[in-house]
Amino acid sequence: LALYFHIGEREEKCIIEDIPSDTLLVGNYKVQRWDIHIHDFLESAPGLGMFVTVTSPTGEVLLSKLYGPQGTFTFTSYISGEHIICFQSNSTRFAVIAGSKLRIHLDIRVGEHFLDESAIRAKDKVNEVNIRLEHLIEQIHHVTREQDYEREREEKFRKTSEETNSNILWWAIVQTLILISVGIWQIKSLRDFFISKKLV
Amino acid sequence: MLPRGSRGPLPPLLLVWALAACAARASEITFELPDNAKQCFYEEIAQGTKCTLEFQVITGGHYDVDCRLEDPDGLVLYKEMKKQYDSFTFTASRNGTYKFCFSNEFSTFTHKTVYFDFQVGEDPPLFPSENRVTALTQMESACVSIHEALKSVIDYQTHFRLREAQGRSRAEDLNTRVAYWSIGEAIILLVVSIGQVFLLKSFFSDKRTTTTRVGS
Repeated sequence: LALYFHIGEREEKCIIEDIPSDTLLVGNYKVQRWDIHIHDFLESAPGLGMFVTVTSPTGEVLLSKLYGPQGTFTFTSYISGEHIICFQSNSTRFAVIAGSKLRIHLDIRVGEHFLDESAIRAKDKVNEVNIRLEHLIEQIHHVTREQDYEREREEKFRKTSEETNSNILWWAIVQTLILISVGIWQIKSLRDFFISKKLV
Repeated sequence: MLPRGSRGPLPPLLLVWALAACAARASEITFELPDNAKQCFYEEIAQGTKCTLEFQVITGGHYDVDCRLEDPDGLVLYKEMKKQYDSFTFTASRNGTYKFCFSNEFSTFTHKTVYFDFQVGEDPPLFPSENRVTALTQMESACVSIHEALKSVIDYQTHFRLREAQGRSRAEDLNTRVAYWSIGEAIILLVVSIGQVFLLKSFFSDKRTTTTRVGS
């Protein structure tokens, strides 16, 4: 668990994962609290937990659990899209205490399938290669799923561009029509006005 | 071969990684950087490890962000302002905690979504040559080439995904902007032209009353 960052005690930090459907996501985290007295992060603060909330692209909450100071959470996506993973500590202390912050170590893995333990212990070379090949096939399926999802996204992109194009055309026509009709109305109205005022 | 996300320990190399001295790790995170905010990430790196930091701004404003990478002594290794995308490779000159920060402090109201990929160390070889008596078999060398090919597939896929997300974000911005501006323009057009006529009419009406008063 190498990469870490700091947040305030009551702050919520979210990361975004844009993943295809049927993809497994595994997250490992570790949280430490800053101790004012020893001016360092405590190895493990008692009672410190972490709320992990995972929201699907449609806004539905997939996972919302309180974990301990160190833990692993997993979920499988049902829909392709941007999943939002949020972390918030269950600390009830107010952030008014100066210098109070948390250190979160994070490690997120997407689409990883755990190698069968037997592969490592396989003395039989053929078996080992077999299992590695099966693992490879699983990885390639993940690549295919990503590419299918990419195709969907590109289609959405193209639709947006075409919509912009027709929007511009449509609104240009509408504005020109408004311009012409209002111009005609202006002249007519003014002419009638001047005639009625006996100036013309 | 490498799935997205932190790529090490790679499953087929679980045993190998346990034996290897240097651990190869990669962390990639996509996060939202609010306006006027700065977000820093830290990582402990051993001396002599080759590391790569790559980042890209996906959505928000002018799609740029400030980035800064410092070594444990505070020496700035990399500093760029308002960059959309960059990749920086360096070798750790000493042990310690390296820090890199993304800053959106120059922006007043746009949130930025930033993606970064920080890779530490090289991937250990698929079939270690320490306790080998023979050269790699055909099967094994085929495995190695598939592994390398898949690594670049994942790499290209990630880059394409980010570029596409950025393009789509721009297209959606453009679409909303065109819609709002067009509606606004149409309304302004109507209001101004109708207003002009009534204003002109009001000029002549006032003159009328003035002439009558002067006359009497």
